[in-house]
Amino acid sequence: METQIKETQGNVVSIENPGIVAPANWQPVIMGILCNWCSYAGSDLTGTSRTQYPPNIRIIRVPCSSRVDPWFIIKSLQTTADGVLVSGCHPGDCHYIAGNYYARRRFLVIKKLLNFVGYHENRVQFSWVSAAEGPKFAKVVQKVTDDIKKLGPLHKYKKENLK
Amino acid sequence: MARVGVFVCFCGANIADFVDVPKVIEETKKIREVKYAIEYKYMCSDPGQQMIRDAIVQQKLTSVVVAACSPRMHEKTFRKALSDAGMNPYLLEVANIREHSSWVHQKDKKAATDKAADLIRMAVAKSIANEQLHEISVPVTKRALVIGGGIAGIQAALDIADARIPVTLIEKSPSIGGRMAQLDETFPTLDCSQCILTPKMVDVASHPYIELIPYSEVIELTGYVGNYKAKIRKKASYVNFSNCTGCGACWLKCPVKVPNEYNMNIDKRKAIYTPFPQAVPNKPVIDAEHCTMLLKGKCGICAKVCEKGAIDFKMQDEVIEREIGAVVIATGYDLWDPKPYEEYGVGRFKDIITSLEFERMVSANGPSGGLPLRPSDGKVPKNVVFIKCIGSRDESKGIEYCSKICCMYTAKHVVLLHHKVHDSHAYVFYMDIRAAGKGYEEFVKKAQVDTAATYLRGRVSKIYKKGDKLMVRGEDAQIGQVVEVEADLVVLATAITAPKDNPALARLLGVSYDKYGFMSEAHPKLRPVETAKAGIFLAGCTQAPKDIPDTVAQASACAAKVCGLFAGDTMKKDPMISKVNTEFCSGCLNCIQVCPYQAIVEEEIPMGHGSKEMRTVSKINEGVCQGCGSCVAICRSMAISLAGFTDPQIINEIVAI
Ligand SMILES: Cc1cc2nc3c(=O)[nH]c(=O)nc-3n(C[C@H](O)[C@H](O)[C@H](O)COP(=O)(O)OP(=O)(O)OC[C@H]3O[C@@H](n4cnc5c(N)ncnc54)[C@H](O)[C@@H]3O)c2cc1C
Ligand code: SF4
Ligand code: SF4
Repeated sequence: METQIKETQGNVVSIENPGIVAPANWQPVIMGILCNWCSYAGSDLTGTSRTQYPPNIRIIRVPCSSRVDPWFIIKSLQTTADGVLVSGCHPGDCHYIAGNYYARRRFLVIKKLLNFVGYHENRVQFSWVSAAEGPKFAKVVQKVTDDIKKLGPLHKYKKENLK
Repeated sequence: MARVGVFVCFCGANIADFVDVPKVIEETKKIREVKYAIEYKYMCSDPGQQMIRDAIVQQKLTSVVVAACSPRMHEKTFRKALSDAGMNPYLLEVANIREHSSWVHQKDKKAATDKAADLIRMAVAKSIANEQLHEISVPVTKRALVIGGGIAGIQAALDIADARIPVTLIEKSPSIGGRMAQLDETFPTLDCSQCILTPKMVDVASHPYIELIPYSEVIELTGYVGNYKAKIRKKASYVNFSNCTGCGACWLKCPVKVPNEYNMNIDKRKAIYTPFPQAVPNKPVIDAEHCTMLLKGKCGICAKVCEKGAIDFKMQDEVIEREIGAVVIATGYDLWDPKPYEEYGVGRFKDIITSLEFERMVSANGPSGGLPLRPSDGKVPKNVVFIKCIGSRDESKGIEYCSKICCMYTAKHVVLLHHKVHDSHAYVFYMDIRAAGKGYEEFVKKAQVDTAATYLRGRVSKIYKKGDKLMVRGEDAQIGQVVEVEADLVVLATAITAPKDNPALARLLGVSYDKYGFMSEAHPKLRPVETAKAGIFLAGCTQAPKDIPDTVAQASACAAKVCGLFAGDTMKKDPMISKVNTEFCSGCLNCIQVCPYQAIVEEEIPMGHGSKEMRTVSKINEGVCQGCGSCVAICRSMAISLAGFTDPQIINEIVAI
């Protein structure tokens, strides 16, 4: 698949569907699925320390990254989101001993699958943010938002387009 | 039809300054299921909570969304408000519009407002799929199992038993006491170890609430917090304890001599023995690895001399089962083997000993009657070199960590040497002196002044023999020169290591251990005596090297935890756990493999209603499940649901915006 990112006269072009163009001020929606003990706590710390980040992310709390069913990611891409961020505890720090290891393995497979079906690999991203890493969370969100903005609106396989 | 009430908090100016709350309310009111939406300055305050309680009743709400700070802050507060109004507390959802919006998008009010409205949409959608949940209560068996009878295990057992909770204390060796029983005097006060320890050992033996099972080990632990079942193997002692009076006729006559572990193999014990005179229980056991009767059928002298007929060569190992509610692991420590220090001549030079060997020698009940002696010729040493950090803080040969107690016991040894051999002189090679503890720095200072010991900062590079002396060459970093000390005896302060059996024991108990083999605590700061497995606690050196005061403090903390756990007849548990819908379960059992807590077991159920044919499904034990959700995501049949985080709840959130 084509990984070259196009820009045309200030408009944003969907990388998967070059026919779809959004205005330059287009704002993507990013679904953030965060584990309660590390990443969600880390995102709270970002708030407590007033570190600013782009407002595109919508956060869902789950107990552990291992609770994240691939379905959640796919459903997000199919309906509301232009990108998904899943974040859990650092390897070895899982509140539930080993949940994040399962999650990590599962995500590698999902990523490959989504790539195979035609999504750009940056649509879905994973990160490990601890409860102490407020600034890191802001950086991760900044990066994911920048990445998704470059990819343009997500159109492929959106439910309304499949009719 | 759902009737959701939404309560938006200003959080003073924290939210209101950066989010247009009236606009958020206006947006929220457009949601079909929202029947009531209102803002207030401080939702968590009493009047704020009262607004929620009133609305629940007056508006006949079916779920509640509070848009305020993080649920990690006030979820409990608002849940309580719901239950006070007669509503199931789990029908609450919190939209985190402070940490996730007003605080992080302070330069863009419109974006923060839109986001807050979205977060509320998501919470409303989720709350519609919320179910009524009820705290689970699990019955508890009020008996604790303490593994290891060192000072940690002894203290934990006594404290728990004093609260009138029965304790089963198991000890691997024939007597309780642990390493502390091997010590002479103890820093920082130099009170005699035996004098403070043996009364406690006797208390253990006579306590009505303590069942002491010596010479035993755990071989299986099943169940879950409050409801464990332990299998304990009691090794055959070949001595019938109910007949034996501990008179000692047997060990006096036994002809087989074996290196004496209690005295660090400096002298010999017999094949039938009690480890030391104050042992508890004070009954001998036969060491099956050395007794010639058990090995070759020859001897049997002990049986002949025993007037009570207590010797029983046919005795077998016995497996005992106990139902218990909590476990305290107190398996203590081992000492690092200094063999890798070849340049010191460890193993070649007899007059290099370890600190615990020195400790035994200077002990009044030790092999040399309290005098340090050179192993080579039995002479009393004059110049003694102590070398600290042997194996500790040495990544290349030993381990990275600091063993914490060696600075202190070496200072103690310097004092003890001075007490026992008045004309002696001590040299101490050290990297640092770490004497953090009440009265510790003072102790070390006083030791240095009183004994006039020479403390040399630097590593020893080589030890070689010159005549019957040992020449210790090292660096004195303070003067930047190589120094050589002529020593009669060299004492190595070897590192504290985890017991070799710890990893196997940890696996058997289902708790985790670190890369050194020490048992891992649930949280290094806030949960230092708990393991990640509910109802299993840690005391003493099994968790990390520590001295007696810290060990005792940790043991008492464990006891408090156990007593807390057993405070009621049942335990309350969070209802946010997983459940299998057996109708959908295909029996693939993938969930069993991913559950970090072994909460899932196989179960046979009839194929259909009234059918004789059976099929396999999985079953989650609600006492064990911690609600991580691993099994839910792995289940291909979508047969498992995690209360509070069900698929419908999360999908509702995703599609809400
Ligand atoms: C040379 C030296 C001098 C010291 N001097 C001092 C001092 O002066 N002051 C001071 O405060 N501290 C001193 N200490 C430290 C002190 O020894 C420890 O703090 C203390 O002994 C720790 O107690 P514990 O119960 O954790 O471990 P231990 O004393 O090691 O007890 C553990 C017990 O558990 C048993 N066990 C092990 N595995 C199992 C199993 N799987 N099943 C059943 N039972 C098992 C063992 O047999 C043992 O009885 C010194 C240490 C050394 C090495
Ligand atoms: S039978 Fe064994 S224990 Fe008894 S005296 Fe002989 S060697 Fe010692
Ligand atoms: S939710 Fe986690 S702890 Fe509970 S049964 Fe499933 S995998 Fe085990």
